[in-house]
Amino acid sequence: MAQSHHTTDHSDHVGHAPAHHEASLTAYFVVFFALMVFTVLTVAASRVNLGVWNTPLALAIAVTKAVMVILWFMHVIHSPRMTWIVIISSFLWLGVMFVLIFSDYLTRAFNIF
Amino acid sequence: MSDVTLHHGAEHAAEPHAHAHHHPFLQHHFEDLGQQHEASTLGMWMFLATEILFFGGFFLAYTVYRNMYPEAWAAGAHHQNWMVGTINTIVLIGSSLSMALAVYGAQTAKRKFTTLMLVLTLLLGGVFLGVKAYEYSIHIEEGLFPGSHFTYVHHADPSLTRGIELFMVFYFGMTGMHALHMVIGFGLLLYFIRRAWRGDFGEEYYSPIEIMGLYWHFVDIVWIFLFPLLYLIHGGA
Amino acid sequence: MTTTTIDEAPFIEPSTTAKRNYINDEYGVMSWLLTRDHKRIAILYMISVTALFFVGGFFAFMMRLELLTPEGDLFTSDTYNKFFTLHGIVMIFFFLIPAIPAVLGNFILPIMLGAKDLAFPRINLLSWYIYMIGAIFGIYVIVTGGVDTGWTFYTPFSTQYSNTHVFATTMGAFITGFSSILTGLNFIVTVHRMRAPGLTWFRLPLFVWSMYATSVVMLLATPVLAITLALLMIERVLSVGIFDPALGGDPLLYQHLFWFYSHPAVYIMILPGMAVISELVAAFTRKKIFGYKFVAFSSLAIAFLGFLVWAHHMFVAGISVYSALVFSFLTMFVAVPSAIKVFNWTATMYKASVSWQTPMLYVLGFIGLFTIGGVTGLFLAALGVDVHVHDSYFVVAHFHYIMVGGTVMAYLGGIHYWWPKITGRMYPEWWARLSALLVFVGFNLTFFPQFLVGYVGMPRRYHAYAPEFQVLNVLSTAGATVLAAGYLLPMIYLAWSLKFGRRAGVNPWGAVGLEWATSSPPPKENFHETPVVTWDAYDYPAFLKAMKETQNV
Repeated sequence: MAQSHHTTDHSDHVGHAPAHHEASLTAYFVVFFALMVFTVLTVAASRVNLGVWNTPLALAIAVTKAVMVILWFMHVIHSPRMTWIVIISSFLWLGVMFVLIFSDYLTRAFNIF
Repeated sequence: MSDVTLHHGAEHAAEPHAHAHHHPFLQHHFEDLGQQHEASTLGMWMFLATEILFFGGFFLAYTVYRNMYPEAWAAGAHHQNWMVGTINTIVLIGSSLSMALAVYGAQTAKRKFTTLMLVLTLLLGGVFLGVKAYEYSIHIEEGLFPGSHFTYVHHADPSLTRGIELFMVFYFGMTGMHALHMVIGFGLLLYFIRRAWRGDFGEEYYSPIEIMGLYWHFVDIVWIFLFPLLYLIHGGA
Repeated sequence: MTTTTIDEAPFIEPSTTAKRNYINDEYGVMSWLLTRDHKRIAILYMISVTALFFVGGFFAFMMRLELLTPEGDLFTSDTYNKFFTLHGIVMIFFFLIPAIPAVLGNFILPIMLGAKDLAFPRINLLSWYIYMIGAIFGIYVIVTGGVDTGWTFYTPFSTQYSNTHVFATTMGAFITGFSSILTGLNFIVTVHRMRAPGLTWFRLPLFVWSMYATSVVMLLATPVLAITLALLMIERVLSVGIFDPALGGDPLLYQHLFWFYSHPAVYIMILPGMAVISELVAAFTRKKIFGYKFVAFSSLAIAFLGFLVWAHHMFVAGISVYSALVFSFLTMFVAVPSAIKVFNWTATMYKASVSWQTPMLYVLGFIGLFTIGGVTGLFLAALGVDVHVHDSYFVVAHFHYIMVGGTVMAYLGGIHYWWPKITGRMYPEWWARLSALLVFVGFNLTFFPQFLVGYVGMPRRYHAYAPEFQVLNVLSTAGATVLAAGYLLPMIYLAWSLKFGRRAGVNPWGAVGLEWATSSPPPKENFHETPVVTWDAYDYPAFLKAMKETQNV
């Protein structure tokens, strides 16, 4: 995807073929290897009792893996700004949903007044 | 606007394929393949945004109930075979790698390599679903399928039984929704295997296969979250 | 028609109608059912949503008939429950949500952008088919005995107790949701990637900005409805307790998820109305919209803020009081961008030479009724007042002022405004003004009494009521009759105009915009040559100059 186009009006690239960044094969294999390592890591961590930290650690690893897939397998690292906006806003909206719904669940037991 | 600018008759009834000087896969309402490529990848990302919110709603409900019934959730996760889950995770990430390689093959016009990688993706996806079906059959045998077939009783603490059923609702619901997405992916893969073998893709035109890749990787990401949340939350037993 | 006054300032002479246009380009039923032309798909949608509007209207009318007397004498309470449920479901999912985006947006948006079509024409056609499949589920439910859960499908009634067609209805709503997702997706990509040369973001008509904001909401809210209804269907089919408290579930979670979609859905319905009104105000005041950027960004602000307020539907449902305070506070903020729009439209009209054609009458109706609906919305946002009037006719009146007084008025105004572009014919002005007047009077007569009767305590969703409420209810039913006449009249004269209406020129209103720079009806590819935009939105002199130059080429 031509990075130079994302801020300009589309009309000025009449006649272009899609430019693309062929992510090098090395990057794919490195990411795959890292994903394997993290998979083993998350399984290993789950076999140890870390108290309340088991779930946060598992989620942190899952987020890391997802970010790697998004950035390299899905080529977002070379994608126009608009793609970033779409991804970030969808997670932002998801965050709004979680935060505001838990603003109800987590405060139901409070008794200040 | 006056008649001067009005073309008459068949001239503006041009069909996409009438543009002989254009790429055969350029649709008539786009100026060029660059615009078509940008539009279709953006469209796919928009679709994935809706998928994020769709699965997000599921994850939210999961979180609410896990927060309500933590012990039942941990007990439910004990019924998952984490080794089978790990193997399946590796298989699915492997299929993501082969999908990424297929996109690379399409971009560099390697016809046979692209086809091979797509077939490999299909095979690995098939292995994943096969293993999933095996897991489902075991759960059903154990009476863990929620609803009227739910015969399981948690003997150590019978009060957890209801919560475990709820966990199994989410287990079957979320993995089932994920599996449904994979089945749709199989249909797309079969279509693209045919097109890739025919030699449709090359340096100029590869966006359909790139979009297919985005979809497949998204399904992979869903699993990356499902795996720890359904298999590994037994609190380090 | 000789009674029309539309030719006050037709600064572009009506050219001889183009011999070829999107209507006569191909013939036969299949050329419509398999079309990928956004204009033809808009017509398909127009026919479908109009049909369903009258289905929904029928149920409304039956309810008003029952409420003529305090006793439940015309229908049983079960039948009445089905009527208000079906009225809500048909009007919201099958009329209000698709109406303006899928009809007017589909037709006009690509032309406003100078594009040949939407970015994904096949997906656009697919969205109509998905809509129709959902509608068939709806019709099936109506024919085979209805559904009585209310349009909100609250659990556990909908999952455990109701013995009506809950599954088929939710399936219909679930399926229809995907059609609005696809429409929204198509619009966003089209606005980003298909704009004509020179058409920068701040030259876009405000219609496009609002439609863009609508699409964002469609895209990010609708999938949550899909998962919510999917969970509901799973619970109903398997008899498990996702939302049933008896089985360990939490019914409030259903309400949270449902309103996470359904409150933003209110903005899916009203933002397109605002989109239409902005165009109409500019066209009939012959002025630039006052504060263009404020109006443009207020659409996006409404789209965003609309996601932060949903739990104000749940104030008395048992949510945490602290959370309720936060939601009450956040709800107040939505009033800000909405008020910005109203003030800017009004400021545009100030000292303008306003021409009082039918679309402008609808604009005035919209601004007044939307303001009343919006301000009563603030009453309801206030926690204390909401506890008092919750589930009363005050709420019913409030949202009908927004949905009917706002969206339906804007839809009718838009239909009249773009009718010459869509069909190539003018509608009869006198009849149209009469119908606009009937709609306005009938609407207020129907719904204003409901504010009063609700405030003094008449609850919604009952087929019988205390005798002291009867006077106001009779007024309301009388108003509904007038309103029905106001809605039926356009059906007749618009159909009449297809054959007998005066031919419209390229630009019958003398308005600014790319849709007024192509023939009426437009050719299949919208423009014979890709237009180049050299004027700002609503810049009358620059547009006029550009059009003259085009003519001289």
